[in-house]
Amino acid sequence: MTTENQALIFEMSKEGRIGHSLPELDVDRIDLDELLPSSFQREEAAELPQVSELQLVRHYTALSRRNHGVDSGFYPLGSCTMKYNPKINEDVARYPGFAHLHPYQPESQIQGAMELMYKLQNSLEEVTGMDQVTLQPAAGAHGEWTGLMLIRAYHEGRGDYERTKVIVPDSAHGTNPASAVVAGFEAVTVRSTEEGLVDLDHLKELTGDDTAALMLTNPNTLGLFERQISEMAEIIHEAGGKLYYDGANSNAILGITRPGDMGFDVVHLNLHKTFTTPHGGGGPGSGPVGVKKDLVPYLPAPIIAKEGEHYTFSYDFPETIGRVKPYYGNFGINVRAYTYIRTMGPEGLKQVSLQAVLNANYMLRRLQPYFDTPYEQHCKHEFVLSGKRQKKLGVRTLDMAKRLLDFGYHPPTIYFPINVEECLMVEPTETESKETLDEFCDAMIQIAEEAENTPEVVQEAPHSTVIGRLDETTAARKPVLKYSREAYVSTKS
Amino acid sequence: MNDFRYLPMTDRDQKEMLDTIGVESLDELFEDIPDKVKFDGPLEIEPALHETALIKEMQRLAGRNVNVKDYPSFLGAGVYEHYIPSVVNHMLLRSEFFTAYTPYQPEISQGELQGIFEFQTMICELTGMDLANSSMYDGPTALTEAAMMSCGQTKKKEILVSKTVHPEALEVLKTNAAGQNLTVVEIEEKDGCTDLEDLEQKYTSSTACVIVQYPNFFGQIEDLQKVEEITHSDKSHMIVSSNPLSLGMLKPPGEFGADVVVGDAQPFGIPTQLGGPHCGYFAVTKKLMRKVPGRLVGQTTDDSGQRGFVLTLQAREQHIRRDKATSNICSNQALNALGAAIAMSAIGKYGLKEMAEQNMQKAHYAKKALEAKGFRPAFNGPFFNEFVIEFTKEVSQINEQLFDKGIIGGLDLGRFYKGREKQMLLAVTELRTKEEIDALASALEGAE
Repeated sequence: MTTENQALIFEMSKEGRIGHSLPELDVDRIDLDELLPSSFQREEAAELPQVSELQLVRHYTALSRRNHGVDSGFYPLGSCTMKYNPKINEDVARYPGFAHLHPYQPESQIQGAMELMYKLQNSLEEVTGMDQVTLQPAAGAHGEWTGLMLIRAYHEGRGDYERTKVIVPDSAHGTNPASAVVAGFEAVTVRSTEEGLVDLDHLKELTGDDTAALMLTNPNTLGLFERQISEMAEIIHEAGGKLYYDGANSNAILGITRPGDMGFDVVHLNLHKTFTTPHGGGGPGSGPVGVKKDLVPYLPAPIIAKEGEHYTFSYDFPETIGRVKPYYGNFGINVRAYTYIRTMGPEGLKQVSLQAVLNANYMLRRLQPYFDTPYEQHCKHEFVLSGKRQKKLGVRTLDMAKRLLDFGYHPPTIYFPINVEECLMVEPTETESKETLDEFCDAMIQIAEEAENTPEVVQEAPHSTVIGRLDETTAARKPVLKYSREAYVSTKS
Repeated sequence: MNDFRYLPMTDRDQKEMLDTIGVESLDELFEDIPDKVKFDGPLEIEPALHETALIKEMQRLAGRNVNVKDYPSFLGAGVYEHYIPSVVNHMLLRSEFFTAYTPYQPEISQGELQGIFEFQTMICELTGMDLANSSMYDGPTALTEAAMMSCGQTKKKEILVSKTVHPEALEVLKTNAAGQNLTVVEIEEKDGCTDLEDLEQKYTSSTACVIVQYPNFFGQIEDLQKVEEITHSDKSHMIVSSNPLSLGMLKPPGEFGADVVVGDAQPFGIPTQLGGPHCGYFAVTKKLMRKVPGRLVGQTTDDSGQRGFVLTLQAREQHIRRDKATSNICSNQALNALGAAIAMSAIGKYGLKEMAEQNMQKAHYAKKALEAKGFRPAFNGPFFNEFVIEFTKEVSQINEQLFDKGIIGGLDLGRFYKGREKQMLLAVTELRTKEEIDALASALEGAE
């Protein structure tokens, strides 16, 4: 990583430089005033940068060098599944026959794209044990909200308007309760037991005629498999509710168990986690949703169907909740996911989960002597550590996370789930080698020792990054959300 | 044992790791999964392909599609084929960008954060607004989020939206509004624009916001000044959805007094990709800063006073606020926002103006060329790069004839509107040459 401060692109702009090569205007130029009344004309040009092509390339190359990705180094960010993003996926998504399609071309012109979407729908249905998948949702939270809207439509379709509550575990991802509210429900929290699993007695207490659904991640965000999933499904189904599977942790279960077989009625998957599409610094992702038969009539249209050898868009969803996204979802991301599924096949996908789980358990066992590990059960694809012991020495989990930066690692997820004190949540994924896991564990052990012997080294970390700890308080109190020439000039003078 | 290049574990690794854990077999790690929910047998999905066969298969699928680079296309309607400078793709392939997660660890995410800060600045420049977020899924979901934000902020439950807004955006808005028990009231169209009298009539004290598109779905340029007067006659928000390229020439919505400007940055460097992923943008006035959904990047300093960037005002977001958050949205379209920023930087201040003007000039040339062949435009108001032509035959038929002659025709408006089966919405960007436009006009001869 480079340590030079990088100027803003606006600061390197100089009147008269260009970085483009637009086509020539080959029709007669008509006077603007004839085309557009002056009241609609822009008076001052938007201040976009004026840089040459090389300046631009240097700028973005410099920025990339101030960024850490999976290709730069280990990225054990819990619940995010930061696995390798295969290069061939990027090549395929850029084929002109995929990249340069318009959503309003007729079906006859996009049969290959429709075949791909159809096969991806089928593959995801098989992996999740669901009857029908829609590829429309753009990301995980979008999928959650779509799934909850489907559940709401299902209840209301049966004349049941009293189901106002969605039950969410205290360990759930923040999007779960937020999505429930946006779908018009009230989110109620079910407690976890000391073992880290949903408290069945509390669940029974909360469940009733007003229960629309239980949202669950399994394995949960502590990395533990909810063993009593069938009992939970029974409690919810008997009360007339539905089970929603948050697919964030699907990397642990491919070919091993399926949400459909566990009793779930609705599932979303994060293709940018489990199916190797890149996170892109925060998106774009893709969050397909799968449902069991009784929810199919409510799906957003269209779904890709096959009639003979021809693929068609089926709009035949009489009770549809309506569109959740324009066009057909994040097709470019779905192309990458399908490419991955074809790379791995059934045996490969199962190996993914087996090895992801083995990696996580191996790391957990290596780190157990040095950190508090709140749960006994074997973990699945991720695990949590608590920094309680280090906190007593004056070293916070945040400090340890920052210290890991000095070793060239992206730290684990910290302070989540919120029910574990000083939490560190580690997800190695299956694409990391044993050597990498060992080196990371060695670094963690060294930090645990530093916390005891030289705590200031940890407290003052990071020592080697391009920038030190940033003043987030001032950033929020006096927000500067864009560059302004005036402000820049005044700080200079 | 390992047939997969993405899986580094050897038999020896596996054995050593099982030994360290203290178990005999991998199965033991899965004993917590009850037998009755265990999946028995191989997944019935297509078999794995080695790289060479995979490329062949993916090329076969891609080859079954007609792409808009091989044929001149006049499709637009919210998704546009534009000039993409080669540098955009090269920079996006820097894997430090695309293989990174959300920049929650600012010390090792300065590149992404700065790139997005620059994107936010560019969107403000284009729209004339005080601040912009780091991007959203796409234009229509940004529009929907804007309406939800308005209802939350004004504590009113009625959304007025013009029928000249993109019909799929309208559908997404209705789905969302149903979730929140909000009412969507549509304002009629008149001469291709929002019927201002109808707007005035439907505007009430429960109106949270008025949504118009500029240029609108039919390509026409709405009279934002009048819309503003009506919207701000009481405490409602004016939400404008705008093609950002058009703002290279058009007076920005911010100057008309818009409270929120949204749209899709797809025209800047983002391929059409069958409609996604694109890149929604979301810009507001300062007054709404703390109500904005999605991520915001802010400037600050580190402990030695050096300038740096962080995600900020996170107290609005779901991972902190959970069920009290301003939106459930977690991700943005960071990589596409970065791509759009790279494209905007390459196109630059004067390039943007020239590109926008070329769209307008060529679209006007095309409209005249079609008029010269006897075709009648449906509307006569000022327009940017799209216009509607009225035929005497159904557009679906005309498009088949055009494709036989190697041209992808415009959008059949009958797809969305009953009674408009004979109207075609044509988009003409800087990529269409005079020759292609003339070929379209001749190919249409006899189709009137």
